[in-house]
Amino acid sequence: MHDFTPISALAGGALIGLASVWFLAADGRIAGVSTILHGIFSSPEDTWRAAFVAGLLLAGIAWQAAGAPAPVREGFPPGWAAAAGLLVGFGTRMGGGCTSGHGVCGLGRMAPRSLAAVLTFMATGALAAYVTRHLLGVAS
Amino acid sequence: MKKLLSALGAGFVFGIGLWVSGMANPKKVLGFLDVAGAWDASLMLVMGGAVAVTLVAFRFVLARPKPLFSEKFHLPERKHIDLPLVAGAAIFGMGWGIAGYCPGPAITALTTLSTESMVFVAAMVAGGILHRLVAREPG
Repeated sequence: MHDFTPISALAGGALIGLASVWFLAADGRIAGVSTILHGIFSSPEDTWRAAFVAGLLLAGIAWQAAGAPAPVREGFPPGWAAAAGLLVGFGTRMGGGCTSGHGVCGLGRMAPRSLAAVLTFMATGALAAYVTRHLLGVAS
Repeated sequence: MKKLLSALGAGFVFGIGLWVSGMANPKKVLGFLDVAGAWDASLMLVMGGAVAVTLVAFRFVLARPKPLFSEKFHLPERKHIDLPLVAGAAIFGMGWGIAGYCPGPAITALTTLSTESMVFVAAMVAGGILHRLVAREPG
């Protein structure tokens, strides 16, 4: 076991859960980031999506303004970043969600579709990490 | 206006959670996904902590007649596990495992102004648009 940070992981996870609960209680929406992001482009008239994404960005700005650590990875090949982004963008639209919509919210609703999605993306995520890091030697 | 501020606040707290938990750091994410490396189980607890909250609180929220600032709850209507769900999740997982970014962390990591986060998010948006162009049904 390496770099295990159970307290911050649980605390951060709880904040993510609370934000998702608030969003459902107040706006009646699932806090699924991929669905929200892509919705900005498919129905730009619904400004709440842009507001949610602006909140995500403000969090990053506030975090760094407070002097908290935000390490930037060096040397990850841009071509791999582009390929990964394409897969994530396409796959989340095809599968209707990502780690937040299917994971945090879908599991919270005990939705069988979301459980199937989570098990699937965890498995292919582990496989892809293994192949790129150990077989192809992509620096990360 | 209330709806917008509420969405902004939800995104903000969600984003802070991503930073606190380590999800916004792709090296940490890959340390979790790469079970053959020096495995870091932390992210299991991020998901565990988040789902522990939603699992309990969603029951109370959804027992209410409607949300505070909206006329109804907007919940996914599909119930069946089908091929697009599994194939899409599989494709998403591959991208996640390559770069260590899923959508939320990638967006909030843009604020570090790192080249990789900008390239990733631009490609992620393009991937979503590409899906809309090739998919037969909207969504």
